[in-house]
Amino acid sequence: MRLKFSLFDAVNNTLVALVTLLMLFPFLNVFAVSISEYSAYVENPMRIWPKDISFKAYQEIMKHPVLWSSYLNTIIVTVSGVLIGIFLYLVTAYPLSKKHLRGRGLIMVAIVFTMLFNGGLIPNYYLMRELGLINTLAALVLPALITGFNLILMKTFMEHIPEELEEAARIDGASDPYILFRIVAPLSGPIIATLCLFSAVGYWNNFYNAIVYIRDVDKWPLMLFLREIIEGSKLNSIMGGGGDNAAETSNLNITPVTLQYATLMIVMIPILCVYPFLQKYFVKGIMLGSVKG
Amino acid sequence: MAQSNPDIEGSVQPIRIVAAKKESFLKYFIKNKWLYIFLIPGLLYFLIFKYAPMFGIVIAFKQLSLAKGIWGSEWIGLANFETLFSSAHFIRVLRNSILLSVYQIVFGFPAPIILALMLNEVRQMAFKRISQTILYLPHFISWVVLAGIVINFLSPTDGIANQIVTAFGGEPIKFLQEPQYFRTIIVSAEIWKGIGWGTIIYLAAMTGIDPTLYESAKIDGASRMQRILYITIPGIATTVVIMLLLSLGNILDNGFEQVFLLYNPVTYETGDIFETYTYRIGLQDGRLSYATAVGLFKSVVGFILIISANYAARKISGKSIW
Repeated sequence: MRLKFSLFDAVNNTLVALVTLLMLFPFLNVFAVSISEYSAYVENPMRIWPKDISFKAYQEIMKHPVLWSSYLNTIIVTVSGVLIGIFLYLVTAYPLSKKHLRGRGLIMVAIVFTMLFNGGLIPNYYLMRELGLINTLAALVLPALITGFNLILMKTFMEHIPEELEEAARIDGASDPYILFRIVAPLSGPIIATLCLFSAVGYWNNFYNAIVYIRDVDKWPLMLFLREIIEGSKLNSIMGGGGDNAAETSNLNITPVTLQYATLMIVMIPILCVYPFLQKYFVKGIMLGSVKG
Repeated sequence: MAQSNPDIEGSVQPIRIVAAKKESFLKYFIKNKWLYIFLIPGLLYFLIFKYAPMFGIVIAFKQLSLAKGIWGSEWIGLANFETLFSSAHFIRVLRNSILLSVYQIVFGFPAPIILALMLNEVRQMAFKRISQTILYLPHFISWVVLAGIVINFLSPTDGIANQIVTAFGGEPIKFLQEPQYFRTIIVSAEIWKGIGWGTIIYLAAMTGIDPTLYESAKIDGASRMQRILYITIPGIATTVVIMLLLSLGNILDNGFEQVFLLYNPVTYETGDIFETYTYRIGLQDGRLSYATAVGLFKSVVGFILIISANYAARKISGKSIW
């Protein structure tokens, strides 16, 4: 009996460990290649341990002026999107968390409807055009500010905050804005953290809005820059062969793998840095939203 | 969350709420003016950025000229839809969208369930937590990054996949320009990215299973496998059914980014889906009205599918997403 149990555990733990390693492998591989000489990659593309450590690829890519402007653009878009978004989530979710609010049902239906149906690409593009936002960073911020799904997450969270806390403050003469920003918001820490992570990651990674609304290189976010760097190898794999000596070619379109991997690392690092700190919140956040609502 | 304190609830809460019910709307409104003021920016946002585009779908019934604007453009009735339904592209796009989703459901849907069952059996909490942290990570990586990795892995010259193929004596394969590999590549990448994240909801369902069931099964001599088969799996069955129905409701949604970043004219045959087709004909070829019609077709069919899926989920389990 005892042996059978540990055999099960051994097999199961091994399988879980294998899947985990499969998830980790590309990250380790990208990192190892990015800080190795290109020759080390050619010798063994599967390496997860750097060989002939060299930061040449990083030095090379950091000389690219578009990297910095696109990085700055992405930071501007992410920070403003998260700050405005969280403010909007707070002020919209708070009244909707009050069961006595008249018109609440109607508003909720209207919000849920936006989760099920949308105008589609061209009407959205046309709206941005009419608002004069094509080719502006605002076009990257505005369409993704708040979503019905996340709003419902926050509303549900606020419904669970004990009413007595607010009532006590109200008796002491506190107004609704005071209650929202001084009592309810601080108590909503976990859900705010979750939505900050979701929305920051969403802005950081968004490629769709950028490719639809942005034209000029100086307004490119990071993802458009990254794609440009990757396109080089995409060309390679489409042509097959031809681009063998990617390392020797100095053509910007055909980029050596180390350079691409260094760029991938530079793009991923901020997310890899904040992720572990917010991880404990988002599992709770997503569970809350999927079970109720 | 914390239970309400009966004393306070009894003395304070009803006063406000009961009183509110009796008040006239004006009195209620003045008393709660802040709540309505708070709502203004959020509701304006939904109105402008979500509802205004819905009225833009009239573009589908017009010959939109950007100079004349939506209202100035001429009505052309259902001409765009006639073009759409009679086009060979439509059949291809519809087939690709559905096939990609079906593959995703057949191969991608069970994957997180199996992983969640395995994770649920891990007894070493530290190991479990570390695995979960790593497993969730790919969800936060952008498709642009992932596409970059995929392209390099599949590169015909020095990618890992072809190193393996040639090690076994095969000829290098140009994976990304062979239509027959396209769906496999997209679905594999989606599974890799989403498998860990997908376990969250099933693990949550598993923590809801009554532990005494396991205790009594253990006493009856059930093995670990038997406990999984007869307790855990039935225990998450409703969640599985809901998730399955909802993914059937999303059968026309394949995600723009992964396909757009990995396809090319050679693989349009198996890769072109509604999202990419709308983008190409609309923003690249400038056929705005036709592209709106394509988008509208997809939105309407998607809406009907998701409403039916949710209805079915509610019928079966009493639960639904909203």
